[in-house]
Amino acid sequence: MEKFISHTGTVLPLRRTNVDTDQIIPAVYLKRVTKSGFEDGLFSAWRNDPEFVMNKPEHKGATILVAGADFGTGSSREHAVWALQNYGFKVVLSSRFADIFRGNSQKAGLLTVIIPQEKIEVLWAAVEVNPSLEVSVDLDAKNVRFADEVIGFEIDDYTRWRLMEGLDDIGLTLKNIADVDAFEEKRPSFKPQTLPARS
Amino acid sequence: MGKTLSEKIWADHVVRSAAGEPDLLYIDLHLIHEVTSPQAFDGLRLAGRKVRRPDLTIATEDHNTPTLNIDKPIADPVSKLQIDTLRNNAKEFGIRIHSLGDIDQGIVHVVGPQLGITQPGMTIVCGDSHTSTHGAFGALAFGIGTSQVEHVLATQTLPQSKPKTMAINVDGTLKPGVTSKDIILAIIAQIGTGGGQGYVLEYRGSAIRALSMEARMTICNMSIEAGARAGLIAPDEKTFEYLKSKPHAPQGADWDAAVEYWKTLNSDADARFDHEITLKAENISPFITWGTNPGQGAPLDGKVPNPADIADVEDRGAAERALEYMGLTAGTPFKEIAIDTVFLGSCTNGRIEDLRSAAQILKGQKIAPKLRMLVVPGSARVRLQAEAEGLDKVFLDFGAEWRQAGCSMCLGMNPDQLTAGERSASTSNRNFEGRQGKGGRTHLVSPLVAAATAIRGTLSSPADLN
Repeated sequence: MEKFISHTGTVLPLRRTNVDTDQIIPAVYLKRVTKSGFEDGLFSAWRNDPEFVMNKPEHKGATILVAGADFGTGSSREHAVWALQNYGFKVVLSSRFADIFRGNSQKAGLLTVIIPQEKIEVLWAAVEVNPSLEVSVDLDAKNVRFADEVIGFEIDDYTRWRLMEGLDDIGLTLKNIADVDAFEEKRPSFKPQTLPARS
Repeated sequence: MGKTLSEKIWADHVVRSAAGEPDLLYIDLHLIHEVTSPQAFDGLRLAGRKVRRPDLTIATEDHNTPTLNIDKPIADPVSKLQIDTLRNNAKEFGIRIHSLGDIDQGIVHVVGPQLGITQPGMTIVCGDSHTSTHGAFGALAFGIGTSQVEHVLATQTLPQSKPKTMAINVDGTLKPGVTSKDIILAIIAQIGTGGGQGYVLEYRGSAIRALSMEARMTICNMSIEAGARAGLIAPDEKTFEYLKSKPHAPQGADWDAAVEYWKTLNSDADARFDHEITLKAENISPFITWGTNPGQGAPLDGKVPNPADIADVEDRGAAERALEYMGLTAGTPFKEIAIDTVFLGSCTNGRIEDLRSAAQILKGQKIAPKLRMLVVPGSARVRLQAEAEGLDKVFLDFGAEWRQAGCSMCLGMNPDQLTAGERSASTSNRNFEGRQGKGGRTHLVSPLVAAATAIRGTLSSPADLN
């Protein structure tokens, strides 16, 4: 996973709440067996509309998505994170994320940042006036900066450290695999096993 | 101070706990399907890793599989590749798989309980958000992404931060014609799609205790639609009775030891929940959704809401957008909304009791003109059981289609889809834009409402048939 320290880019303002993962990437696009190529399906239903914000030339090349509350609800598909990353997004800002989506984003290295809804509104308004506004998201300093604004955000230290070091979770767990061995020694015998199969 | 059920199961699975880190949780069962696993197996191969516990892992084909002509090769080459990839991965890594055509194939959340590998006090994960279904047995069960699927395959554990707990008390007696689907739709309408965020919900109270195991699964299944990490119901005699005859139930002395442990799995009287809400069962009536998220629901007796009456600006905007997408006008009585397709199935309502309850309403009736009805059993065994009881004949005589098992039109990944503008009454779990097919319009309903709607052609409850 690529290290994330800070990122500066332009913004795609998505003035919608409850953007579920079926909107981010519909199920018909989930048949691929790779982690790449999902950008075609990103917001595919909405992209049919020429007026949809993502189709506007002034937002071409945006790398920071700023969305309404409850972003990423619904299906657990990590393809939603890959689709955003494949398209070029590095950061998503919202006042509230669905748990599974947020977990997935943190595993895959897409930074999801929670800032209050009133600050989301300020950012939307600023970008709508000036689409080329440069916004910096600094994981080291834990803040979002644009124009004269500096908006602090919270993230747990462990996740921040992992993202800043670009560390793979599995590698970290394997360092403690002796703990797993010890736990398995004590598991009760009545716990079910799938093998040998009974039917 | 006592512990909640969720806290007890959590404590029993902590492999490692360190300050400033999420707990490392042991996973008792990992369920796998074709859509969210290929990239995880690829990751294992690239790193030269093995599956740590194939004996705690099981795969089934469900999301992508056709429900017609399953004896022929899958027509869509991309779907076929995904299914073949799962089969090859299962073979390479030594994982049990129930493929299309196998008697134990079906929707992953129907298969687990019917095999008896879903048991109280377990931790269960799957790359599917409706894993919360298994919470009906008093198991801590939650959906995960593909990176986490790989993590569980490699280590049989997951780093997780501890969830908050919410008690949802449903007391009293349900009115006739009201089901567990109506309870959960009413709960989500009350707390919203983000209301359960960060919480494990524990459903309690006399109305929950009175529900069958299958009805409990329907409630826990949709916990994720309230944004919750998981849903739970404490196990009781009904749970033990349901499990006893299942193939993977503990045997002999193991059964006694298991039951003894399972009986400790309830929230202590002095346990404190982070949040608590209470509903009266008597106040719940048949419920439907009118919008494009599961929180946009209302009693079937009502009318399409007027967004202007909604105080919250965000909710008002969302309601305006939803009505436009759904092609609905404020003030229209729900019962006047004409339906094109009725879908009976899914991990929410595709079990034998769901099929029985719908068949009871449909028996001797005829389908409304121009309406189509798809009946898709949740598993191959549910299908066989229904056929043994003659339910397939009831559905076919009525004018419905009787299909093979799978996720089908719940997510429209296989050919079972709505066309643009087509309106469904669906017993599934999500009414998102385009969920059942691009441009499709979904109303979530119970199996009883689905059946009555198929007869009358407009959203209806069985009471409207008299």
